[in-house]
Amino acid sequence: MKNYAIRMLRSGAAALAIAAFAGGAAPVQAQDAGSVKLGLVTFLSGPAAGPFGVPGRNGAEILIEALNAGKVPAPYNTVGLGGLKIETKIIDESGSAANVVSEYRNLVQRDQVDAIVGYVSSGNCLAVTPVAEELKALTVLFDCGTPRIFEEKPRKYVFRVTPHATQDNVAAARYVLAKKKNVTLYSGINQNYAWGQDSWRDFVGAMSVLAPKAKVDKELFPKLFAGEYGAEISTLLTSKSQVLHTSFYDGDLESFIYQQAARGLGKRMTILATTAESSMKRLGNKIPDGSIIGARGSNGPLARDTELNKWFVKVYTDRYGTAPTYPSYHMAQSIIGLKAAWEKAAKAKNDAKPTIDEVVAAFENLQFEAFGSTIKLAIGHGHQGIAEIAYGTYKFNKQKNEGEIVDVVRFPAECANPPADVNAEDWIKGGMKGAKCD
Amino acid sequence: MLSRANLIGAVLFLAAGIIGFFLPPWLVSLLTIAFANALVVLGLIILWRAGLVPFGQALYYCSGAYTVALLARWAGVSDAFVLLIAGGLVAGIVAFLTGFLLARYREIFFAMLSLAMSMILYGVLVKTETLGSTDGFGVDPPHFLGYAPHGDALGFALYWFVLVVCAISALVIGVYFKSVAGALAVPIRDNEIRVEFLGISVTRLIHMKLVIAGTLAGVGGALAAMTIGHVDPNMSYWTTSGGFVFVTILAGAGSVAAAFVGSLVFEIVRSFAFAVLPGFWQMTLGIVLLLTILFLPEGLGSLATRFRRRKPDTKPVATS
Repeated sequence: MKNYAIRMLRSGAAALAIAAFAGGAAPVQAQDAGSVKLGLVTFLSGPAAGPFGVPGRNGAEILIEALNAGKVPAPYNTVGLGGLKIETKIIDESGSAANVVSEYRNLVQRDQVDAIVGYVSSGNCLAVTPVAEELKALTVLFDCGTPRIFEEKPRKYVFRVTPHATQDNVAAARYVLAKKKNVTLYSGINQNYAWGQDSWRDFVGAMSVLAPKAKVDKELFPKLFAGEYGAEISTLLTSKSQVLHTSFYDGDLESFIYQQAARGLGKRMTILATTAESSMKRLGNKIPDGSIIGARGSNGPLARDTELNKWFVKVYTDRYGTAPTYPSYHMAQSIIGLKAAWEKAAKAKNDAKPTIDEVVAAFENLQFEAFGSTIKLAIGHGHQGIAEIAYGTYKFNKQKNEGEIVDVVRFPAECANPPADVNAEDWIKGGMKGAKCD
Repeated sequence: MLSRANLIGAVLFLAAGIIGFFLPPWLVSLLTIAFANALVVLGLIILWRAGLVPFGQALYYCSGAYTVALLARWAGVSDAFVLLIAGGLVAGIVAFLTGFLLARYREIFFAMLSLAMSMILYGVLVKTETLGSTDGFGVDPPHFLGYAPHGDALGFALYWFVLVVCAISALVIGVYFKSVAGALAVPIRDNEIRVEFLGISVTRLIHMKLVIAGTLAGVGGALAAMTIGHVDPNMSYWTTSGGFVFVTILAGAGSVAAAFVGSLVFEIVRSFAFAVLPGFWQMTLGIVLLLTILFLPEGLGSLATRFRRRKPDTKPVATS
C-alpha cells in the first residue's frame, strides 16, 4: 500500500511538472502601446555563441539600455524607438531549422513582438526569411553573410543593414593587390561549409578579374571545427604561394595561427585573414607581422573614429572588459538602422507609433550613420546594406604588448559591392563592372 | 478490427484536429512539427522493442526531406501527396539498401554503424555547393490536390495533413505490433537464438523493421520539410538522430501512443524552455529526461498504460 502511494505521488508530481511546463508556454502577452517589443535571436549556446552570439547579445544589451535612457550620442539621443522604450525578448538561435522556425513563429505570433533583430547563421537566415514574409513581420538579419537572401526573391519585410560577405573577399583581393602588385601564386585554407566555400569562391573570382595572371596553388578545405591543421600546414609549406587566404574565425583561426606560428608558415607567405579582427586581442604576437586583417566591414580597430564609435567602444569596454568585435557592431548597427527607419516613419505621423508597413516603407533605401561608417540600403531592392570596408596590416607593438592594424585602406561601398539588382556571383564573374573605387 | 484502442486513437486524433481550430497559429505550427517528428519516433520504437537503438535515423529523415525539397525545386512537383509518397519511398529504398549491412549488427555496433551511414549523407550534402552546402535551401509551400492555401490556412492544411498521416501510420503500426512479425520483437531482444530455432530468420525480420522505421522517418522528414519550408544538411547530423533517441527515451516503447505523447511533450517543453530560460534550455530538457528516467523508467507512454491497467482492478473480477 505504501509503495503504491509513493508511486502515485511520483507519477502525480511528474504529471504536474509536465502540465506546468505546458501551461507556461501558453500565455499571450498583451501589446503595450507605450513600448516597442523587440525580439532578439542569437547564439547563446554551442560553438558560435562565443565568437558571434554573445558579443552580438552584449552589443544589443548595452545599446538598448543606453537608448532607453536616451544616452546614445546624437543623432540617436532620443529615447528608445521614437520615444517608446524598447522591451526585449531574447531567444537562443541553436537547434535545428525546425526549432529556429518554430521559435521565430512563437516570437511573432505568441509574444507579439513588433520587430525581430537576429540570426548569425546563413542557413537560419534563409529559413526564417520566407516565414517573415508570410507573417509580415519586420525582421533585421544582423550577422549572416550569404547574398542569397535578397537575390533569390525580392523581400518586403526582411532587411539586412550589415553588408553581405561578398564585399569581404572582393575588398581583400583589392587590398592584397594594392600592397603586393606582383602576386603570381596564392592558396586558400577555408572551412568546408557554406561560409568557407563562398568566401573562397568570391576571393578567387575577384583575384581572377583583378590579377588574371595570378594562379591558385593549393585549395584546402578542412572540415569545420577541425582544430588540427598539421597536414594542411605541411602542404602549404611546400607551396611557393605569396598569399594565403583564409576565412577561418575564432577557435579554428586561433588553432591555425598557433600551429603555423610554430612552423613559420607566416614567414613564407602573407596570411590574409578576413575575420581576424575578432581574435586579434587573444592571439597577440602569434599573428605574423605583415598579415592582412579584416573585420567584415569598418568595425573594431578598423572603424572610423566617429563620436558614435568612441562612445560605443567606451561603454562596451567599461561593461564587458573587452572592446567590441565585429558581431557587436553588426548587432548595434542593425538596431540603429531599425531606430532610424522607425523614427523616420514616426516623424511622418507627427511622432505617433508607426505601423509595421510604415516602418518598412521608411526602411527601404534608407541611409544612416552607423558606428564605423555610413550604411546605405542600396541593393536587394533597397533591403540590403552596403558600406565602406577597411583592410589593414597587422603589426605587433612590443612596447604596448598588443597588436595594431596599420596601413589601413578604406574601400568605398560601391567598390566592393555589386550594383543594385546584380547577383554578387554574376557580378564577380562578369568582371565586377560598375565598381567605383576612387 | 475496430478494437477499443483504435477507437480511442481515432477519437483523439479527431479531437486534436478540431482543437486546432481554436489554437493560435504558432501552436498549430509547433504541433505540426511535433506530430511529424512523432513518426520518426514511432519508427525508433519499432526498433527499440527489438533491442536496437539507431543513432543514425536522421539518414532517412534527411533523405525524405531532401527528396521533397529537390522534387519541388527541380521537378516542379508541388502536390503534398506526391511529395509525401516520394519522400517515404526514397527513404524506404535507402533503408532497404543500408539494411543489408545494418540488419547483421546489434547493440553498440548497430548504433555506431547507423550513425556512420547518416554522417556519410551529411558529408556529401555539405560538400555539394549547388545545394547550398550547410546553408541548405528553401521549399515552396505545397498544394493539396489543387488546393493552394496561404498563411494561416496553409498552417491548418498542413496540420490536418500531418494528423491524417499520423493516424494512418498509428493504425498500421498498431496492427503490425499485434502481428507475428511485430510481436517477435521482444523475443528477439531477449533471446535471438531461440527465435532462430523457431525457424524464423531474425536478420530478415530486422531488415523489415529497418525498412518500416526508415520509411516512417522519411515520411516524417518529408512532412517536416513541407512544414519548415527549408532543408539543410543538419537534418542528417548525428545530433538530430540523438534528438529522436532522446524523445524515444522520454516516450518509452510501450505503445504506439507513446510516440505521439513523447514528441508533443518534448516540443512543448523545449519551446517553453527557449522562451523562459534562453540560456538554460538544454539543462531544462536534461532535467526533464532525468526525472522521466527516475520516476517513469518506461517513459511517458507508460502513464497511459498504467491508467488502463489499474482500472479493471477496481471492479470485482467476473467469474463464470
